[in-house]
Amino acid sequence: MDLLRFATAGSVDDGKSTLIGRLLLDSKAIFEDQLEAVEATSQSRGYDYTDLALLTDGLRSEREQGITIDVAYRYFATPSRKFIIADTPGHVQYTRNMVTGASTADLGLVLVDARQGLTEQSRRHAVILSLLRVPHLVLAVNKMDLVDYDQKVYDSIHEEFTAFATKLNIPDLEVIPISALKGDNVVTRSEQMDWYSGPTLMHHLENVHVASDRDLVDVRFPVQYVIRPKSDAYHDYRGYAGRVAGGVLKPGDEVMALPSGLTSRIAGIDLFDKEVSEAFPPMSVTVRLEDDIDVSRGDMLCRPQNAPKPSQDIDAMICWMTNTPLSPRQKLAIKHTTRTGRALVKDIQYRLDVNTLHRDQDTKQLGLNEIGRVQLRTTVPLLCDPYVKNRTTGSFILIDEATGVTVGAGMINSNS
Amino acid sequence: MTITTHADYRLSQLDELEAESIHIFREVAAEFEKPVLMFSGGKDSIVMMRLAEKAFYPAKIPFPVLQVDTGYDFPEVLATRDNWVNRLGVRLIVASVEQAIKDGVVVDDGKTSRNRLQIGTLLNALETEGFTAAFGGGRRDEEKARAKERVYSHRDEFGQWDPKNQRPELWSLYNGRIHEGEHMRIFPLSNWTELDIWHYIGREEIEIPSIYFSHQRRVFQRDGMLLSESEFNPLRPGETVEERTVRFRTVGDLTLTGCVESEAATIPEIIDEIAIARVTERGATRGDDRFSEAAMEDRKKEGYF
Ligand SMILES: Nc1nc2c(ncn2[C@@H]2O[C@H](COP(=O)(O)OP(=O)(O)O)[C@@H](O)[C@H]2O)c(=O)[nH]1
Repeated sequence: MDLLRFATAGSVDDGKSTLIGRLLLDSKAIFEDQLEAVEATSQSRGYDYTDLALLTDGLRSEREQGITIDVAYRYFATPSRKFIIADTPGHVQYTRNMVTGASTADLGLVLVDARQGLTEQSRRHAVILSLLRVPHLVLAVNKMDLVDYDQKVYDSIHEEFTAFATKLNIPDLEVIPISALKGDNVVTRSEQMDWYSGPTLMHHLENVHVASDRDLVDVRFPVQYVIRPKSDAYHDYRGYAGRVAGGVLKPGDEVMALPSGLTSRIAGIDLFDKEVSEAFPPMSVTVRLEDDIDVSRGDMLCRPQNAPKPSQDIDAMICWMTNTPLSPRQKLAIKHTTRTGRALVKDIQYRLDVNTLHRDQDTKQLGLNEIGRVQLRTTVPLLCDPYVKNRTTGSFILIDEATGVTVGAGMINSNS
Repeated sequence: MTITTHADYRLSQLDELEAESIHIFREVAAEFEKPVLMFSGGKDSIVMMRLAEKAFYPAKIPFPVLQVDTGYDFPEVLATRDNWVNRLGVRLIVASVEQAIKDGVVVDDGKTSRNRLQIGTLLNALETEGFTAAFGGGRRDEEKARAKERVYSHRDEFGQWDPKNQRPELWSLYNGRIHEGEHMRIFPLSNWTELDIWHYIGREEIEIPSIYFSHQRRVFQRDGMLLSESEFNPLRPGETVEERTVRFRTVGDLTLTGCVESEAATIPEIIDEIAIARVTERGATRGDDRFSEAAMEDRKKEGYF
């Protein structure tokens, strides 16, 4: 059994909560008392059916307003996979939540209401998922029951979306007609839509191939923590602990430490009290080297012929997440892998309109929930790759030094 | 011993969860001055201990363990705690609710449950020792209000959680910035489910308190729950004690923690039982979560773990 993380997006009332409620219910992730509470609430509100959407309603303030305002994580499992859903609200102003939910997702699920077809927001969701390099995308055409399960409705949405998607970078796209309320094509095949021959949503989620999404070629091992036991039994032990961000590490491999450029060989790779013959993403391991070279937190182990270029001039797409706009000359803290430093905003090249993909070069600021291309100068060199190559070594966060709050998310461009 | 990893370079869900949690432990140890692990004696905090052990091996866990002693803890739980702490050689700090009442840190008005008095006791212990990060065993699948909790959950100088003012958390880039007097709650088990926890305990063959397994116990009914006979739990008129075959699904203050009738005596049997049991663990057995749907949210705002 492996793990699939997916992010969901949809505009208000497209049926996202109902769909998630159904996935949880049909995979038995809902417990009796939870279902009873929801049935009771539905009844007391005078609904004539159980509102599955109530199952996933989060905090009380949101329940009172009847909206979802933050990323919520849900869990369910089938015999073949465990799933983590990052449930992100679809309001116009909540780009930051979608970016957050998409940052860890293997798959993005965008809902549209069959009666309305693609909206500005569905396009925005697809753009954000592609910017975040979520490798698999599912467009679920919901409420098919309200359009008489009509193939023409599905076909035209499919066509329009496929045309739009060619402008984006979406390696894998699946368009599935469903009814979240009635259950058609969610877990069981719809008897109303025999014209559809593709997979059900659940079948697709269980079988989508994600093994090849991670970079197994370019070795990247950001050092997190140096383990030096102060005990007699392990007097000379010195291990570099971290999480593999790329490539496959093996004992005997020649490695280079950045930024020093010193080289050594891997003496052994420890996973607790065992040695492993290989380490690959996203394993957390401890690497021992043959030579006593100076390596500390923030450094990176890679291969001598395949190393990222340390760079202090960073060109990145940034999603801005706070009310005070991002402006040139602003100084921020930056965290990239296990490195922390400071960054100066040199230039804001353009703001990306996530609905039209238009590049607005006249604005010199990025407001809350806006995404743009920004040049930064950092105090420490970042050991980075383009985000398109590696989502771990290509991403960073920006922190307001006064408040300590995370205010920006960055994806590094190729020419940094 | 050398183990060969998977040929297809995919990790099992347990290995992936373990790797993520270990990464969190190391990140906190590297970036925070004074972390502490909050140990309740329950299965989740034991899994945390195991993950912390793995994260720093062969070195010792580089932070102490804090337990809030309600005065009403199960002796089996305290025994397991001591075994773990001794084996790992970590420092144990016990913050006693009893003592906190004596010192006037919290007020026992006779109506407030011990679980609630724990909050003040805990916050006081964190503050006096100056801890800047406290690991807790909370999981997002436990309760609706937890679904939006971050791995790094910021607490202000009053130890409070503001659901509207959480920091966005992207990729695995955790932001550990805090101001003087504030601290961070860290939830390394955020993405684990109850079943993941049990599968992991089974796979790792680690010790958990014996009360999780089926045993004979003298119990009585109160408020729809089966409570253990105990000197801390005087019987009320009309209550009668009988012997039943039971186990506990969660551990806590024994005056409030109910057990369920069960024959499940091994981990596979417990997993089978959970797979068919359709009542969430908190719903079934925690007296003080049942008052209102939003009870958990309220207590989280106050600093409950
Ligand atoms: N007929 C029909 N109604 C649906 C379907 N999915 C959702 N709904 C209804 O649409 C409304 C909005 O659904 P909800 O899940 O709350 O939308 P959300 O805002 O996207 O989470 C509710 O009244 C649902 O019962 C569907 O497939 N068919």
